[in-house]
Amino acid sequence: MKHIFLTLCLWFPLAALATVDGYKYPFDDPQDAARFEQLAQDLRCPKCQNQNLADSNAPVAVDLRDKVYELMQEGQSDDEIVGYLVDRYGDFVRYNPPFRAETVLLWFGPALVFVFGLLLLVLIRRGQKQPPKPLSAEEQARLQALKNKAKSS
Amino acid sequence: MTNLSGMLPEFGQLALIFALLVAAVQMVVPLVGVRRGQAWLMAYARPLASAQALFLIISLVILAYCFVVDDFSVAYVAKNSNTALPTAYKISAVWGAHEGSLLLWVTMLGCWGLAVAWFSQSLPLDMVARVLSIMGMVSVGFILFTLETSNPFDRNLPSMPQEGADLNPLLQDFGLIVHPPTLYMGYVGLSVVFAFALAALLGGRLDAAWARWSRPWTIAAWVFLTLGIALGSWWAYYELGWGGWWFWDPVENASLMPWLVATALLHSLAVTEKRGLFKSWTVLLAIFAFSLSLLGTFLVRSGVLTSVHAFASDPERGVFILALLGICVGGSLLLYAIKAPTVASVGRYEWVSRESFLLLNNLLLLVAAFAILLGTLYPLIIDFMGMGKLSVGAAWFNFMFVPISVLLALVIALGAMARWKADDLKRLGSETVAAMVAAVLLGLAVPLLADGTMNWQVLLGMGISFWLIGATLLDVWKKARGRLNRIPQLGMSYLGMVLAHIGVAITIIGVTMVSNYSIEVSARMAKGDTETLGDYRFEFVDAGHIEGPNFVSDAIRFRVYDGERQIALLQPEKRRYNASGSIMTEAAIDVSLLRDVYVSMGEPLADGAWGIRLQVKPFMRWVWLGAIFMSLGGLMAMLDKRYRQRKNAPNNAVQASTAQEVTA
Amino acid sequence: MNRAFLFIPLLGFIAMGILFWIGLGQEDKTSLPSPLIGKPFPTFILNTVESGESTNHLPQEPVLVNVWATWCPTCKAEHAFLNELAKEGVKIVGINYKDDDFKARQWLQAYGNPYLFNIADPDGKLGLELGVYGAPETFLVDSKGIIRAKHIGDLNAQVWARLQPQFEAMQ
Repeated sequence: MKHIFLTLCLWFPLAALATVDGYKYPFDDPQDAARFEQLAQDLRCPKCQNQNLADSNAPVAVDLRDKVYELMQEGQSDDEIVGYLVDRYGDFVRYNPPFRAETVLLWFGPALVFVFGLLLLVLIRRGQKQPPKPLSAEEQARLQALKNKAKSS
Repeated sequence: MTNLSGMLPEFGQLALIFALLVAAVQMVVPLVGVRRGQAWLMAYARPLASAQALFLIISLVILAYCFVVDDFSVAYVAKNSNTALPTAYKISAVWGAHEGSLLLWVTMLGCWGLAVAWFSQSLPLDMVARVLSIMGMVSVGFILFTLETSNPFDRNLPSMPQEGADLNPLLQDFGLIVHPPTLYMGYVGLSVVFAFALAALLGGRLDAAWARWSRPWTIAAWVFLTLGIALGSWWAYYELGWGGWWFWDPVENASLMPWLVATALLHSLAVTEKRGLFKSWTVLLAIFAFSLSLLGTFLVRSGVLTSVHAFASDPERGVFILALLGICVGGSLLLYAIKAPTVASVGRYEWVSRESFLLLNNLLLLVAAFAILLGTLYPLIIDFMGMGKLSVGAAWFNFMFVPISVLLALVIALGAMARWKADDLKRLGSETVAAMVAAVLLGLAVPLLADGTMNWQVLLGMGISFWLIGATLLDVWKKARGRLNRIPQLGMSYLGMVLAHIGVAITIIGVTMVSNYSIEVSARMAKGDTETLGDYRFEFVDAGHIEGPNFVSDAIRFRVYDGERQIALLQPEKRRYNASGSIMTEAAIDVSLLRDVYVSMGEPLADGAWGIRLQVKPFMRWVWLGAIFMSLGGLMAMLDKRYRQRKNAPNNAVQASTAQEVTA
Repeated sequence: MNRAFLFIPLLGFIAMGILFWIGLGQEDKTSLPSPLIGKPFPTFILNTVESGESTNHLPQEPVLVNVWATWCPTCKAEHAFLNELAKEGVKIVGINYKDDDFKARQWLQAYGNPYLFNIADPDGKLGLELGVYGAPETFLVDSKGIIRAKHIGDLNAQVWARLQPQFEAMQ
């Protein structure tokens, strides 16, 4: 397993061979072909966990690709197909995480930080130091009085 | 003599130990000097930094030599090399795995220290002493880590293997000779900025002079980081064989986060240098930038993240890096919390001013970095809380990054042209109206011309890119007061910024086009078959075998036609590496400025046919071309003459800058 | 500005550090929790490896369902332990996953047969329904045919010590 780590420490994980078996999945409609490609890219291979279904050559990835194709031929929608796999393999297989109570922070986190940051910017500008105002006549008089006092003592 | 050369690995290790000792002295002595106000102690910082670098270089060279002479008694060499490996790859195999890449990492740290020692003549001695002392601390930590948990000089004794296990074929490639060193230079370079920030905090002098000293170092590290990331993306694109160039993989994310924060830091430093503002913020960014590059190291090497890492992760290593991270990042953040100035800086700016735009740009870059961190760590958090396993992948990251980059591109142009202190939206609007109109029209035109349908992503991506280029060029034109020959007088710093900003637009154009208009087809092809994709026709001419130095491959020759004209002869390969038996796909790519034609081989099928993947990727090169522009821009800014002034009064920067409003 | 605010980055970092500390301690990061736990065992009509006869149900008593294949080295490693379990009277049903019946029968002859019977799943269809992504995997199924637990990887004494109470409590 050493060589896996070897790649990892550099920059790119467990890279594999290009998957070039698209000819196995003929579509009449180019839009369906694009749908298939998108689905395969958005699903994660449960075995070689750093790859999507489109890029993985693990046997289970091949099976899942076949299944996705089969379900598409049955006329199922993208959501149904993803749902089918999630029911069997869990949320892990979808690269696009579901929107649920425990993922609220994931989906809204960056927006929250942005809003919070904007507020902070406003506060920072508000907190700007005002350039010192010239002393009023009364203050001048007090200053003079203090100076005199200091001299005399 | 033979005995001595047989002991070379021990000398390498000895050099590493010496480097550790020198680094330890470098960490303590100059700082004691600062404490006691004794210049002769502080003066030790520079020679110690040089000595440390020298020992580290010796150590690295010895390891490289062990690779070149196939000394398989060294375990690391035996694991990552092979007699049949071409010499260039033997050298790059030095950083082909964990131990050696760590040695490269610390050697670069030493070299940055050396650079600081050499190019710091204009700095006060106590500053140099503090900076080099802090860099010494980082060195001590990481050299200790190398020696303790990942010693590349460990021996396979008494029985040494006759043959090495070979370098991972994926890494036997030009991209992998240059990519890791470049990226590491960037990661490690941020340590200089970090050291400057801590030194300023320690010395209580977070001022414009500090910002001016930090800037060239930040830019230097940033240039390396930019190039390193681009090289990595380029390598993945042609070497992994399926034409992807960015995967939002944890390892990539680990490199993008420090880049984003370093970019924010560059701009924040500009404000601190010119206007003496945002000091606490800038120093925090400097700490963040290096912390994130350490965090990347931790995530990649400890096995905390993605499951595949678990195989090779060594718990001892993970704990060690976590401890290093804790001391380094935790310590610096604690110092920050105690010592950072809480008094708001003197100096006013209005809502519409360069300061505000740069702050907004900082915020957006930080939100982007935060999004990456969140997406990378969220699955871990969910898992530890017992809520199951999640994946956060490209779909989520793209969803987050489209709005952030659009906003960012809008602000970049405004920030670059707005005046310090106060500006007027009307002025900005009237000066950029031409760019706005052009952006909308061209943004609309591109998707309609490309395939006749309205595509919002393309409209947005192209629109903001044209806006950015247009507004930037209008600003140049205005500052040159309509005369071409005045442009060079605008200053290297300003022109570098212009180049870098145009680079951002170029990358956005590339990303937009290649993500929306790439076409591909997977086909079963045999000799004589042709396949059409877009405007191109691919003809399978013949197939054959190639004997490489350490691999054999199946190769296919394709002729690519545009209409009747042959435009390329492409030869993708499927290689089998002898030592490891791994199979690699070598894609064949015909490159041009406006599109890449990408052919890769899949599985062999019956009757001499092959599964073939054909792709046409418009504007692919622009993605990396933009990065080259950004790096060149950074390089130009670094060469600006004000960074080469010697011995200047520390506080003249603010005054000087008002006269020089143009530069950023 | 209040100095307390300046501690926020430090606190954030400490929280992250704790997260990593837990992360380092975690073992077996590749196992995916199965969403099928508490759900009925999927329906199937497949042949048995032994006789080639069609079968469509599990025995109506608590069983281990073990997914294995002759191409899977870990399965070989766990086989001896399965034999032991069978001797202790634990009922085990095998699913021969993406394999060849002939090879499977040879294997069972050579290494012993701990299984009540083996369901042949040459195309991995049932495996896909079960969310199998790598052999060996083992399911605990109760007498009503509900999946109660799943273990990914080889079954050994350590793992069994954890699963046994649950298996024995099952009806």
